[in-house]
Amino acid sequence: MFHRESGVFKTTYGADMALYPLPIAKWTVVALAALFVVIIPLAVHEYYLSILNLIFIAIVGALGLNILVGYTGQISIGHGAFMSVGAYTAANLAVRLGLPFWITLPAGGLMAALIGVVVGMPSLRIKGLYLAIATLAGQLIIEWTINHVPAISGGAQASIEVPRPSLFGISLNTQGHLYFFLMFFAVLAIVATLNLVRSRIGRAFVAVRDQDIAAEIIGINIYRYKLLAFAISSFYAGVCGVLYTYYFGIANYEQFQLTVSIDYLAMIIIGGLGSVLGSIFGAIFVTLLPIAIRIFMEDVGSLFFTQAEMANVISGLRLGVFGGLIIFFLIVEPEGLNRLWRNIRSYFRVWPFSY
Amino acid sequence: MTRFVRSWLGVAATTATLAFGGGQAFAQAKELVFGLQCDRTGPTANVGTVLCPGYQDYIALVNSKGGVEGYKIKVLEIDNEYKVPPAMEAHERFKKEGAVLEGLYGTPQTAALNKKLEEDKILGTSPGFGTASAADGKRYPYTFPIAASYWSQGGAAVAFAKEKLGDLKGKKIAYLFYDNPAGKEPLPILEDLAKTEGFELRTFAVPAPGLEMGAQILDITGRYKPDFIITHLFGRAPSVSIKELKGKGFPLSKVVAFVWGSAESDIIAAGGMGVAEGYSTMQFAGVGKDFPVLKEIEAMYKAQGKPAPKEMDSTVYYNRGVLVAALHVEAVRNAIKAKGGAAPTSEDVKKGMEAIKGFTLGGFVPPLELTPADHEGGGWVQIWTVKGGKLVKVKDWFQGNRSTIQKHLAADAAKS
Repeated sequence: MFHRESGVFKTTYGADMALYPLPIAKWTVVALAALFVVIIPLAVHEYYLSILNLIFIAIVGALGLNILVGYTGQISIGHGAFMSVGAYTAANLAVRLGLPFWITLPAGGLMAALIGVVVGMPSLRIKGLYLAIATLAGQLIIEWTINHVPAISGGAQASIEVPRPSLFGISLNTQGHLYFFLMFFAVLAIVATLNLVRSRIGRAFVAVRDQDIAAEIIGINIYRYKLLAFAISSFYAGVCGVLYTYYFGIANYEQFQLTVSIDYLAMIIIGGLGSVLGSIFGAIFVTLLPIAIRIFMEDVGSLFFTQAEMANVISGLRLGVFGGLIIFFLIVEPEGLNRLWRNIRSYFRVWPFSY
Repeated sequence: MTRFVRSWLGVAATTATLAFGGGQAFAQAKELVFGLQCDRTGPTANVGTVLCPGYQDYIALVNSKGGVEGYKIKVLEIDNEYKVPPAMEAHERFKKEGAVLEGLYGTPQTAALNKKLEEDKILGTSPGFGTASAADGKRYPYTFPIAASYWSQGGAAVAFAKEKLGDLKGKKIAYLFYDNPAGKEPLPILEDLAKTEGFELRTFAVPAPGLEMGAQILDITGRYKPDFIITHLFGRAPSVSIKELKGKGFPLSKVVAFVWGSAESDIIAAGGMGVAEGYSTMQFAGVGKDFPVLKEIEAMYKAQGKPAPKEMDSTVYYNRGVLVAALHVEAVRNAIKAKGGAAPTSEDVKKGMEAIKGFTLGGFVPPLELTPADHEGGGWVQIWTVKGGKLVKVKDWFQGNRSTIQKHLAADAAKS
């Protein structure tokens, strides 16, 4: 990730597909693991852990959407609704049957995958903007259903309180506990996606995205793979919804409305479509930037404004700066932060002997 | 110049805090931190941009008079844009800065933070937000609605209809509501009252974003022809409802709105105060400028040589911000007194909040009585009606059908 050979020396497909392109990459992973597992939880205030927790959850959701939109080329505006399917499935199982998280979490994912396949059916006949509208319909239908079926939503408030997840009898109720809980699933999602996209299935997804007729001619069953993409993507979304549910202690469909779907689309577009690292960058960028802008402006703004005035200025400026930076980054590199990162790396590949 | 230097030192200090992490907020002597979540840029910005300045102004007023019992108050306001993840981040930030209490903003945000507030033992107020069952202080020990819940408002609306119509037996009441959990919440109360009072209730849901309700209004005025209408709408929807009802010739004197359909701006956007003659709304804070506390805020601005802020003209939401701030300060005052002048912890402030009684600020605040069991304070509302181009108080603080609401609260507590 942070290092490169000074040229291309690969001679086999195996070497090209390897998870660790260089032996030193293993040490990078070890260093990152040490940083996140040991150093950060010990050295950092709980507040920063809570931000990381939000990022971990967003990474799971963004990876799922990137598999569908980035790798398979099927647009979806229903990601938020799939999260709510996972959230309510897990909440109902956890409250009514008292099941632990290691059952409710995959169950939420599987239920979301099932619904995702149904909402994804139109993708067999339409693509592009048409599919976007079809998935938008899915989002609205799921929202309406949850709001109006008390059997799912648990009453007029449409929210179900769930107990904290517990492991070996310990209730995971502090940000520190939840940090490890959420990081485990974020890492699992990252590793699973890395392996998925270099497998036969991942290659088939990319083939469907690049030219579906050509993909069909070389023997890829595009119906199967499109639905599979919806299923896998929705599974991630469902898991993301379950993580939100356990993190907040409540499943509430108002947390998963249309704007959430749009937020996640923004993450993968800013981060970079069709890349795992891009999903991570996007999740970090969208979650962290508003917070960073605010903390920065709280200090700088106090040079010019009183306490009461500043609240108004920060809210307004923050939106402006956030939007401006998105536009700036996309103009600098339309393919997203991941491409920007790769450009920087390839610049340094033969540095200082570049021509 | 000193201010400039001090601020840059602040920048350096924060950068250092960010860089090294783990740095506790350097609590200065005799300063208390209040956390305030707000929505100045999201879907409910029409409320937040007026309510939150009201909060800030009252705190500034308290600070200008030497603070509360000698403690200055620092407000840390965070805009959550009506989104849930930023609300969690805001709560953690408040906790890091050592906030003794926090003002919540938004129903889903309150729902998502209920559990965290209890775990962290920091009280949060949710006036007009959140669930009705949060009035039960035993069930949600650190959540304080401090204003009439939607259940209490439903009870009050029926009581007002009864007063207007004489007897409700055999009468027809239409309930026009925004089709979300908050809109549906009063239904159990209304249905129960329909049985006991003997009126017929029919509900009309308006889907989000609530800007198109021609079909529902036509259904109400053309086919159902009710004797009374109760509306529970948000955002721009209240204006649309006034305009549509007026357009169909329904007498607005037979309409009463819940608390979020009641601002001057809602009525003005429907075509002006003159058009909405007779339209009644419920309020959980005093309306208008005729209160000593608002005069003091104006005087404070005058002393600084500044004009009074324009938000003060939108008295409904501004006054609610002042009310929330006043109750926060009062809770802290009780806590400091109870500790004999020592700095209160967030748990002391919770006890202080539960001791609020007989604090009316000249009729501005309802006769709340917060107790460890009742975090709603009794569910008081006032009714204000548009008369002669302005909002006029027609019914002072009252609790409508309180026994029914208490019955439902008890049943809800038994269920959980």
